[in-house]
Amino acid sequence: MALLELKNVSRHFEVKSGLIDRLIYGKPIRMIKAVQNVNLIVNEKEVLGIAGESGCGKSTTCMMISGLVKPSSGEIIYQGKRIDQFDSDEKRFYHSQVQMIFQDPYETLNPRFRVIDTVAEGPRALRLWPEDEIVSRVDDILNAVGLPPLKYAERYPHELSGGERQRVGIASALVMEPQMLIADEPLSMLDVSIRAGILVLLKKLALERNFSCIYVSHDLSILGHIADRLMIMYLGQAVEVGPTRDVIQNPKHPYTKALISAVPVPDPRSRRAVPNIIGDISRPIDPPPGCRFTPRCPYSDDTCSQTFLKLDMNQHDKHLTACHRQDALDS
Amino acid sequence: MSSKPILEVEKLNVRYQTQDGEINAVADVSFKVFSNEVFGIAGESGCGKSTLIKAIMRLLPENAKMDAHSIKYKDQEIDCMSEDIFRKEVLWTQISLVPQSAMNSLNPVYKVGEQIVEAIQAHTSQGKKEARERVEELFDVVGLQSEFMNSFPHEFSGGMRQRAMIAMALALDPGLIVMDEPTTGLDVLVQERILRRIREIRKQIRSSIILITHDIAVIAEMSDRIAVMYGGRIMEQAKSLDLFESPCHPYTLGLKNAFPSIKDLDQELISIPGSPPSLIGLQTGCPFEARCPFSSDRCKKDIPEVVVKEKFHEVSCFRHTDATELREHAKKLSTWHY
Amino acid sequence: MPNMIEVSRYKTFLKNLRKHYQIIHSNPFGRIGFWVITIFLFVGIFAPWLAPHDPWEMQYDSAGNFASLQMPSWEFPIGTTHLGYDLLSQLILATRTTLIIGTVSGFISILIGANIGLISGYYGGKVDEFLMRFTDILYGMPFLPFVIVLIALFGRKLEFVILAIVLIIWRTSARVIRAQTIAIKQRQFIVAARARGCSDLRIIYLHILPNLLPLLLLYASFNIAWSIITEASASFLGFGDGETISWGGMLYELWISGKTRIAWWWFAAPSICIVLLVTSLVFVSRAYEEEANPRLRKR
Repeated sequence: MALLELKNVSRHFEVKSGLIDRLIYGKPIRMIKAVQNVNLIVNEKEVLGIAGESGCGKSTTCMMISGLVKPSSGEIIYQGKRIDQFDSDEKRFYHSQVQMIFQDPYETLNPRFRVIDTVAEGPRALRLWPEDEIVSRVDDILNAVGLPPLKYAERYPHELSGGERQRVGIASALVMEPQMLIADEPLSMLDVSIRAGILVLLKKLALERNFSCIYVSHDLSILGHIADRLMIMYLGQAVEVGPTRDVIQNPKHPYTKALISAVPVPDPRSRRAVPNIIGDISRPIDPPPGCRFTPRCPYSDDTCSQTFLKLDMNQHDKHLTACHRQDALDS
Repeated sequence: MSSKPILEVEKLNVRYQTQDGEINAVADVSFKVFSNEVFGIAGESGCGKSTLIKAIMRLLPENAKMDAHSIKYKDQEIDCMSEDIFRKEVLWTQISLVPQSAMNSLNPVYKVGEQIVEAIQAHTSQGKKEARERVEELFDVVGLQSEFMNSFPHEFSGGMRQRAMIAMALALDPGLIVMDEPTTGLDVLVQERILRRIREIRKQIRSSIILITHDIAVIAEMSDRIAVMYGGRIMEQAKSLDLFESPCHPYTLGLKNAFPSIKDLDQELISIPGSPPSLIGLQTGCPFEARCPFSSDRCKKDIPEVVVKEKFHEVSCFRHTDATELREHAKKLSTWHY
Repeated sequence: MPNMIEVSRYKTFLKNLRKHYQIIHSNPFGRIGFWVITIFLFVGIFAPWLAPHDPWEMQYDSAGNFASLQMPSWEFPIGTTHLGYDLLSQLILATRTTLIIGTVSGFISILIGANIGLISGYYGGKVDEFLMRFTDILYGMPFLPFVIVLIALFGRKLEFVILAIVLIIWRTSARVIRAQTIAIKQRQFIVAARARGCSDLRIIYLHILPNLLPLLLLYASFNIAWSIITEASASFLGFGDGETISWGGMLYELWISGKTRIAWWWFAAPSICIVLLVTSLVFVSRAYEEEANPRLRKR
């Protein structure tokens, strides 16, 4: 059984137009469809990478999974039960089981809390354990992330570097022994030489502590190194999913192909193909009903703008694509 | 790439006076940029790359002091030029800048085309009509449709604004264009198109480009020659190919290990332990010493001189003679984390 | 076995007190303000022991004459009233009253203002609308007439004076704190706290409030200053507390005695005290303003 399932999940935001616009000019309420009909599965002990450019809905998906935002439609199922049907005890349990780490290391810590307060806050708020046990676990996790407690426990955020702050963020998520960690671009604001350290740390901890991870990023090079399976999103739709190596080396969807060929390689000897794509990104308000990549796709036909093939939930372990023009691509 | 340098910088230093003390942001930096080449300056935050370029273009804040042995543009000393002459003759007309976060450098209340026209008119004697024609040309060069001249910045996407800034930098046909983190913050596909466009522009105009970024992949793809900076100093500079095939400096070796590549998914990522140095107060020894797995006592006390290994390949490291050995050791995780 | 992490809150509290002391003292005005306030505090606390005479007892000077309307002298350093009361003793005891009313009103008003601001800012929506309309209505209320009416209705008692002042003064702090709460609410560490499962109340009082501390302290000093002025104004008009005397009350006595033009010493002393104390409080709040202003974060 999968640890987490998203079935047909969507999230819409209303774009408010004025009362007069609506009454007199009859302008309809416009919607930003940030996430549309996404099917997603995360198994135990795996790292699922979600890749896409800005506006693709990956962050909104994270927020829905962590419970901070409610989906407009669709179901989120954790360990077989729908999360919107949880009672308050189960909700508390869910919060302790699904944790998140964030992008901006300079904003992720409360400037008034010492390191130990930040890390202990989750268990304290959820009353998971008695105080002395909490302190001992905090001790433990600080060591595990490479921040010796004697040196770091009483420090304030402004006394820490970017990498250290991010480690504190990881510690405060993992102290609760979650089953799932959602990482929303945790490395993009760190220096290059520091990133590798945090990435390696995450991989190690995921292995040691047996949690699954959803890693969201626009950086395919990083995802290539940490993700077991990779899902690509475009303007709110999931367009491709599969084992990371397969998706990167053998992309099936035209968007994925373009994306991968656009990633620069740190080697002056390598050559890459020009991405086959038309035009600039479109705004996610009132998009066409079918595949949203249609306006920019060099292979699109008439059906593309009308219908969208969703990724089949039951075959998520395989390499799937939401494109029905596979034959055109392969030729 | 011809053999005449369009820009020569010799022993440039920049110091900031702050509440916490004096910060040595740039120390002893010397490099040359040749005509019709892309010179990349790579480094992480705080290494001094942006400060360096602001110093050359005299855009430093008030609490900064700069001194250099010499700065020559097309064989002319621009270091001792008066402010007035520099502003009129060099800035924008000979050396132009696409600044960091250029996307936010456009004035939101004026149309984009107007802003460039104004910039042109301020520096040349061109009339409005001529200037507008020039802007149309430029928009074409950077790949923007001419009707966008009459739009406001908020109607432009991030990528479009960046192109507009590049257009502005090209306006007066400068011999040297400096781009400070031109694609940071942009999506992958947008970044790719802008970089491709820059390569195409290079074929049309013959300006040289200094490209500053922390993104090793971008610099590898775009540059002919690269300088790697750390702690305010240049650690190594070489032709791109040489730098990637036979790097000599431990920092360069460390960076190679730490940067993931989409082509090599089996690569073992190794980070460089420690953090960037504090540049406050007197600096003794090599700035990378504290994090370097190959450092010796000498590295703490003395600053390594620049050694020329081959034409265009210079290193500042006491252990440059052991380069081949160091490369082997650097590949192992145990060298960096023990 | 856990390491010896000192989780002692007491130590942290003392450290914080020291930090506040440093904040106030870093600013030269803050320093002056601090010392002036300390002197007044001292006087206020030890008033009964410091006052040389009974303020309501008719005094006789060394020559045995009825000491009416005497100018400042060695015997009566601030002079006497027309009824022979020693003004210094009055002043000292009035200090105590003024301080009590000022600090109590100041703190209660900041308590109300802060809570309303926090709740309004955090929850938004209908709660916010309702609370802010309520605040707006109170803004429309002119404070002196309101104070007067209240006292006139319920009598000249200390509690009503405080109540009246509090009801007026809490308004400004509420708005500002609400604005700051809204700004802080969107920051990533608050989102992170919600993701960790913290309840709303916990987030408001444990996570957001500590970040508002400099702002709160600024408004606290400000509110105390305003309370003192309000009290002085009300007392001067005869609407102060009937049983004790305050600086404003002294001026009221002067006014009804009709000797304003003659007895400059009677007028000067309480006025100077009011100005000094209020200015000192403003100085101290200026010192906090530097802390409260969102400075560039140290990276």
